[in-house]
Amino acid sequence: MASLLFCGPKLAACGLVLSIWGVIMLAMLGIFFTTHSAVLIEDVPFTEKDMEDGPTALQNIYKLYNQVGYNCFIAAAIYVGIGFLSFCQIHLNKRKEYLVH
Amino acid sequence: MLVSLEIIHHLGYLEKEMVKSNTVIAATKEKEMVPCARDVLELESTFEKLEQELREINRNHAALRQNLIELMDIDSLLRMTEDFFEEPGNQRCSPNELFIAGVIKQERFPAFEKVLWRLFHGNFVLRHAEMQATEELQAVRGAVKKDVFIIFVQGDHVREKIRKVCEGFRASLYSCPKTLYEPKQMSTSVMTQMEDLRMILRRTEEYRAGVLTRAAEHVQEWGSKVKKMKAIYYTLNLCNIDITQKLIVAEIWCPVSDLTLVQSALIKGSEQSGSSVTPVLNRIQTQQTPPTFNRTNTFTEGFQAIIDAYGVGTYQEINPASYTIVTFPFLFAVMFGDCGHGLVMTLFAVWVTSQLTDVVIGGRYIILLMGMFSIYTGLIYNDCFSKSFNIFGSSWCVLSMFHPHGPWQNETLHEYHHLQLNPFVPGVYSGDPYVFGIDPVWNIASNKLSFLNSFKMKMSVILGVSHMLFGVALSLVNFVHFRKFQDIFLQFVPQLIFMLSLFGYLIFLILYKWCITLRSETAPSILLLFINMMLFDYQSEHVLLYRGQVVGSSLVLAGIVGGWSECKFTLSHLQNHDCALQQKWLPTAPGVSMGDIFVYQAIHTIEFCLGCISNTASYLRLWALSLAHAELSEVLWRMVLQVGLKISSGMGSLMLVVLFAAFAVLTVTVLLIMEGLSAFLHALRLHWVEFQNKFYEGSGYKFTPLSFDSLLKTQQ
Repeated sequence: MASLLFCGPKLAACGLVLSIWGVIMLAMLGIFFTTHSAVLIEDVPFTEKDMEDGPTALQNIYKLYNQVGYNCFIAAAIYVGIGFLSFCQIHLNKRKEYLVH
Repeated sequence: MLVSLEIIHHLGYLEKEMVKSNTVIAATKEKEMVPCARDVLELESTFEKLEQELREINRNHAALRQNLIELMDIDSLLRMTEDFFEEPGNQRCSPNELFIAGVIKQERFPAFEKVLWRLFHGNFVLRHAEMQATEELQAVRGAVKKDVFIIFVQGDHVREKIRKVCEGFRASLYSCPKTLYEPKQMSTSVMTQMEDLRMILRRTEEYRAGVLTRAAEHVQEWGSKVKKMKAIYYTLNLCNIDITQKLIVAEIWCPVSDLTLVQSALIKGSEQSGSSVTPVLNRIQTQQTPPTFNRTNTFTEGFQAIIDAYGVGTYQEINPASYTIVTFPFLFAVMFGDCGHGLVMTLFAVWVTSQLTDVVIGGRYIILLMGMFSIYTGLIYNDCFSKSFNIFGSSWCVLSMFHPHGPWQNETLHEYHHLQLNPFVPGVYSGDPYVFGIDPVWNIASNKLSFLNSFKMKMSVILGVSHMLFGVALSLVNFVHFRKFQDIFLQFVPQLIFMLSLFGYLIFLILYKWCITLRSETAPSILLLFINMMLFDYQSEHVLLYRGQVVGSSLVLAGIVGGWSECKFTLSHLQNHDCALQQKWLPTAPGVSMGDIFVYQAIHTIEFCLGCISNTASYLRLWALSLAHAELSEVLWRMVLQVGLKISSGMGSLMLVVLFAAFAVLTVTVLLIMEGLSAFLHALRLHWVEFQNKFYEGSGYKFTPLSFDSLLKTQQ
């Protein structure tokens, strides 16, 4: 079981902090994208074709918004995994510290 | 005091030994009582004993090691002679022949060989071999390479010569067996001797480690005791010894409110040490300036430290630290202005404050306040990681620009890439500004910077002038306290009127222009207005900001005021001059005439007036740094995070994970640490220079009572 430990205490703590930040921020970004916030218009990858006049122009843009939003949610889920991993590493590090003494 | 120097010597030696042998020094957590005089003797004897013991152990150890080295040399020598004798042709050896064997450093060997050649003209046989460098050998003797050599030579009298040569080259000689069978015996005896020595060495080292470990448990405690004793003796040395050689008299500074505390501490001390004389505490008058003492708690300590870093306040001067608690984080926040970064900073400060309570970092409350104020200004600038929040609904409406309300058609969108919202078209601008902060529509406008620059510049001037007026008001408090009433009339009032008439008028113009409705194409520039006012240029084709705009009066007022403050020192110098003439024993300074005083005061006045203008311009750094921060934040978002967001396929989420990590690291290092330090520095400069030169003298010295806590902290 000792081989499961692959990073030191500091790296694991950094990883945990980064994951918590990532989860919160990416989840909020995901929410803002799926509610089609206008402030985030420059982050949506639309092209000239999507903005052509037609009945579906608005829906195209909304679809792109939703896609980016789902990407953010998936990234947030991956960060939950990384956070859990870092938490386990911290736990293992603490145990190793107690064992040596 | 000689006593404590010896003790410190012993302690230093002990600690060095511990470090050399890698013993762990245990840290003590309890606070020890201050030792009294008898403890000093006890500690001294303990240290002396320990040191003697250690020195003896070290001596023995060195001697044993030397023995081991010699035995190792003999051992390798024996092996070499074995090899040599096994070579054919070397078995016989006539009685006249003798051979000498020894060990010499490898680098000296060539020279050794040459000398022998010259001496014996080739009538000898010299064999040498490099000594095998085993691990143990290296540990014991170090990395010096040595060679084993053996010389065969004829004749008796040459023995002395060779011995002298070997001595010169510092080669060690060993006696060597002559026949083939002796080496085996010698070898075994050498082996057993070496084994014994090794065991003895090991035991010695273990014993030494034991002694050191036992001492290591106490060394920390002893160290702090010794430091405390040294501090006490040093402080006692500053006192005077009474004529009867039995009492100590000391003149001390003491805060007035703590007099009873000092009295009770003296009585307690005299009871504990069992002396018969009660200590006496008297207040005496003195002409010296007392030191400055500002009582602080853990919260205000950091702010007091940053004021004291520039200059400790003059005795009884007003202390700007209490106002700095609010103005410093606020000015920092104006330059930092991002609620996302502010939130990260606040969370970090909360973690530091809660977790690291034993290590007192003075700045943790400063960082906490800076973070909280940054969240506030971030909400006002409506900037969170360079994006805005639309909480209350924007006041601008794009839809109203289209037909039938406004001029735009569907084709307008195809023709033009940039379109301008006209607030005079009904419905575009709702008439009520955004409830709190900057309207979020500016975040997606391409002329965002023109608007924000103008806003931030004017805001910086307003904040700067207010800060400086506050500083001038504090000088009034100083004058009242020190009873310099004529200075109020001669210095405070002219300064105030000068600043208000020029910069107060500027602020009025800014606020007025913000409040009224103007068409932006025809709005007059405040800067041009101001310059024209200075040049007395009132051409009528310039659009006036308001009716009856006559501003020459403020300029004339400013001019009068400048002359007014001229009179200040003139009057006071005249007064002093009169006093000096009346008291004939005071020498009057030669060459100080009315002209000199006049020029001095003129320089002082011009310095203040120009200083006001340059200090106000200096506050524009509030704008400059907040612009830099906003732009850096936007660049980071656009170059790092947006790359990941713009990938719409499934791979986008993986890229986003990686890029977000890069975004977070760069945010913390560049935006939080670098920009944070930069804004901290500039806010500090604004306080030290522009704010404090209106009222702060800062020529006092700090009250430093003997404190064991700070002593142990600084020496660790």
